[in-house]
Amino acid sequence: MNVPDDLKYAETHEWIRVDGDTGTVGITDHAQNELTDIVYVDPPKVGATVSAGQPAAVVESVKAASDIYSPVDGEVVEVNESLSSEPALVNTAPYENGWLYKVRLANPSQLDALKSPDDYRAQIG
Amino acid sequence: MEAVRRTVLFDQQKALGARCINFGGWEMPVQFTSIIDEHRAVRTACGVFDISHMGEVFVSGPKAFDWLQRMLANDLAKCPVGGGQYTFLLNDRGGVIDDLIVYRMAEDNFLLLVNAARIEEDVSWLQKHAVDGTTIDNRSDTMSALAVQGPDAPRIFRDVFQCEMPARNTFVAMEKCRGAVIAAGTGYTGETGFELFFSNALAGDIWAAILKAGAKPCGLGARDTLRLEMCYPLNGSDLSPDRTPLEAGLGIFVALDKPGFIGREALLAQKESGPPSKLVALRMTEKSPPPRAHYPVLVDGQTVGETTSGALSPSLNEGIAMAYLPPSLAKPGQTVRIDIRGRHFAAVVEKKPLYRPSSARAA
Repeated sequence: MNVPDDLKYAETHEWIRVDGDTGTVGITDHAQNELTDIVYVDPPKVGATVSAGQPAAVVESVKAASDIYSPVDGEVVEVNESLSSEPALVNTAPYENGWLYKVRLANPSQLDALKSPDDYRAQIG
Repeated sequence: MEAVRRTVLFDQQKALGARCINFGGWEMPVQFTSIIDEHRAVRTACGVFDISHMGEVFVSGPKAFDWLQRMLANDLAKCPVGGGQYTFLLNDRGGVIDDLIVYRMAEDNFLLLVNAARIEEDVSWLQKHAVDGTTIDNRSDTMSALAVQGPDAPRIFRDVFQCEMPARNTFVAMEKCRGAVIAAGTGYTGETGFELFFSNALAGDIWAAILKAGAKPCGLGARDTLRLEMCYPLNGSDLSPDRTPLEAGLGIFVALDKPGFIGREALLAQKESGPPSKLVALRMTEKSPPPRAHYPVLVDGQTVGETTSGALSPSLNEGIAMAYLPPSLAKPGQTVRIDIRGRHFAAVVEKKPLYRPSSARAA
């Protein structure tokens, strides 16, 4: 499974890419592979407040609806609109065009509590 | 808590990449590669499902016919030797203990194919009502079963067994693959196809032969979307001890003119008064998350029922569901809304089935 070196990871299989005070959030290659056949994405609303460890979005495969937990606290500043017509982007490009939402970090020190790529690789075996 | 059970094909399926879930106490493949791919394989070519978790209960003896006529809701007199019939075990209230297929092996010998999660309950219900002159033989632990479904199934049957696939709702008992194989023209997908029942020792060879002939291994995920497109009920979801076959819209499988079967009085009374609800097929008419079981169904802002099953239909690429609604609302064309995580999405009551297969197994 692909685990890019430039990201931080949550134990619940989300990644975050930080650029200044904004983080882009998605689910990992491992997560999309486990879910398979993603057919619908319910993103948070722009302007919504998300909290670390709390459900922020729902990703639905054919079989099940799965909560996606925000890795950090913050305000949602953008959601990936292309997922509404092409939810399978989460399967085909989980770290690129399949991102879920962007969040303005309320508490950047929370990033330190997330996993490094090596720690996440160890978690998923 | 009982240990999770596995079929004898578990290791072979794991080797093919099966992802497993617990289904009725069994660790079963939910998918191999993709539910959508497996679903499409069955609609356009052929798929094979391990259904060894299902129960095989033989009932035989000089009183077997008369006794089963009392135990089962459909009319066994209409099932000749070599035939299969969809029927119900009902409780005294007319509620569904199990839905099953009975195969008539001989005048006085019957095979009941029952749901995995209901084997113990069915057998104890049968034993509780048993009479002299009948033998109940639960062979679920020593038998395996496969369902091979799709337009290519007749060709696969010929390749593997060198004879023609049995016609719909009939079966043959064959000596093949160095053992006894019951091959039936039945299934749960709406496509043409067959189901095989045989002793566990044959499972590995038959599974391998079916794959070699070109069937795609499929899991319970596709089995569920396939049956839901056909509006075939799943016991435990769409059927329950608190719902009758009349409410489920399955009255044609109940012989109300047959005297003396368990549940008949309750069904006659319900027919007289009218069922309190009816199981309808629903199709989403606006873009929405896929509907799933236990979502509220609303009309004019009022909750009028809840979904019992739901999925994104891979064939239609639309959300589909079933729900029990009050009879006044259970009419094709009735618009409803389905509450999905607090948002209400438009849907419409449709005629069953929601999908008509090209290989036309549907009645």
